[in-house]
Amino acid sequence: MADDKIKKMIHDSEHGMTSIVKTIVRFVIGIIFVFGVYIILYGHLTPGGGFAGGVILACGYIILTLGFGKILGLKKLSDKVASVLDTAGVLVFLIIGLAGFTGGYFFLNFMAKGEIFHLASAGTIPLMNIAIGVKVTASIFAVFIALSIFGKFVSALGESSEENRKGSNEE
Amino acid sequence: MQGYYPLFTAIPLGMAFFNLLAAKINQKISDFLAFLAMASLSVMAVKMLFEAPFAYHVGGWAPPFGILLISDGLSSMLLVIINVIGLLAMIYSTKYMDSYTAKEKYYTLFLLMIAGMNGVVITGDLFNLYVFLEIASIASYALVGFGCEKNELEASFKYLILGGVASTLILFGIAFLYSLTGTLNMPDVAIELGKIGMNKGVGFVMALFIAGFGLKASSVPFHAWLPDAHPSAPAPISAMLSGVLIKALGVYSIARLMFHIFGPSALVSSIIMFLGALSMVVGVFLAVGQHDFKRMLAYHSISQMGYVTLGIGLGLNPNVSPALAALALFGGLFHMVNHAVFKSCLFLCSGAFEYRTGTRDKLKMGGLVRKMPVTSATCSIASLSISGVPPFNGFWSKLIIIFAFLKAGYTIYGVLAIFVAFMTMISFIRLQMNVLFGELPKRFEKIKEAPFLMTLPLVVLAILCLAIGIAYPFIDSVMLEAAKDTLLDQAAFLSFIAGV
Repeated sequence: MADDKIKKMIHDSEHGMTSIVKTIVRFVIGIIFVFGVYIILYGHLTPGGGFAGGVILACGYIILTLGFGKILGLKKLSDKVASVLDTAGVLVFLIIGLAGFTGGYFFLNFMAKGEIFHLASAGTIPLMNIAIGVKVTASIFAVFIALSIFGKFVSALGESSEENRKGSNEE
Repeated sequence: MQGYYPLFTAIPLGMAFFNLLAAKINQKISDFLAFLAMASLSVMAVKMLFEAPFAYHVGGWAPPFGILLISDGLSSMLLVIINVIGLLAMIYSTKYMDSYTAKEKYYTLFLLMIAGMNGVVITGDLFNLYVFLEIASIASYALVGFGCEKNELEASFKYLILGGVASTLILFGIAFLYSLTGTLNMPDVAIELGKIGMNKGVGFVMALFIAGFGLKASSVPFHAWLPDAHPSAPAPISAMLSGVLIKALGVYSIARLMFHIFGPSALVSSIIMFLGALSMVVGVFLAVGQHDFKRMLAYHSISQMGYVTLGIGLGLNPNVSPALAALALFGGLFHMVNHAVFKSCLFLCSGAFEYRTGTRDKLKMGGLVRKMPVTSATCSIASLSISGVPPFNGFWSKLIIIFAFLKAGYTIYGVLAIFVAFMTMISFIRLQMNVLFGELPKRFEKIKEAPFLMTLPLVVLAILCLAIGIAYPFIDSVMLEAAKDTLLDQAAFLSFIAGV
């Protein structure tokens, strides 16, 4: 059972930080995600929007990875899925923009605007917020993965070039 | 065409990301998709030359509230340069980039750079200009470091830091301008500035813009990043950076803002002319001693862009006679087109030589005309063109600039321009002696001509060098005259806000 594995990982001191951190992360993670989704969905009504909400969601994934280690973090959102979501988010955004050509203009808000201050209002803007939210979540988490987990590869490169430099000095 | 004007940014942007997804399924298709995007953009860009000026309201919002896209002679000219050179560089890349990994990511960055440059050129909104400028710049930072070797990463980092400083200065300038006028729409800003007149705030904004866009255009006091960044990039990217990027982001933006928003002024004109003359002279002196083929070309880019800024600078001067100002401006714009053609040809040639010989050091090459005749012939034509030998295109534009300066009484600048043309010629004669002629080193006995997909863009560019020189009246009537008239006619620019 995958659940058992994850449960084991949660209590295993080999992965991630101490149980204090893990408990706190488990306590706040749900709130972080709900808040991120709220910021995205209410982007057209209150301050916030796709970018701000996406950053909050990405921070949720980052906190998971920091607390529980990279295995669990990558299991929740792997680098490959992140890269596909990243690309798909942009494409959806662009397609909504292009769909405006049906009304004659690029980025025309062609959908019904609805009633002001209602959740289902403002035409295409909530859809665009969702697309941007997905993109920002995926790309910021991908940057985090690249800098932290895959970053070891880069620092190994740096070490080898330093060795080269030492070697050339000796020559 | 009019209704589809935003496609100039939408096509490359969409294809950049679609390419990444498609390459996950089939690696081979990314070559084709990228080519398709660039080919359609070039066709559209050439078509735009024959359109009357118009304004496009994004999302149907009337200016000054919505984003305004502007199509006039100047932007059409830049669109042609960007997309045609981009198409040729893209064809060249399909073969050249085989020696690198992650080709589809290269195409993504390339197309993002194109999207950013097209955006800068078509937009009529200051903040929009900044956003597209950043898209193009950030893509180019990544492309400079694409080889991931030590030198390339160092050059990329240097470029990133200085480019970041430039972007910050530009953003500051835009913020100040917004606080002064309360609008970001370019024609609207110009109208508001006309009411305010000149004050310290406006002067400060001008200084910020000259420094910021000067860094992007790498005029001399701001040039430190270019000689590192341009040689480190893969050859097609060097061609794009030197041939197109510094023009679209730097010189175009300076010209558009200074002519259309701030209006001609003697002070700005003298500053820009001084920067131009300084880049011209310093660039060529630094170039003469270089052994690295691409580094030498990069220094020559600084020097040749000096001619362009010099011409545009005199065009801004309200005190000389309008005919001479127009002539100098025309020379500057003409040289901009010519420089795009011959400099990208030279960079692609250097890439072809490097592809076969594995070195960029001029002194280690020699006698390559016997082994790589097509590449050598195109390299020769482009060298003659940049040195200003008639009947190639570089001759005419330099002649016009020099003539305008001597006639307008700026004898020192005129003489300096002649001197720099002479130094450029010396430098390129040495290049030809070292690379094309002389003795063929033993280890190059077995090399072959570069592959067809790499020589094809070279031949096209070399033919363009000759064709623009000979069929100059045609090019003049199709794009240069319109671009010049656009810049000199501020009233027409202001009328865009009313909608066409």
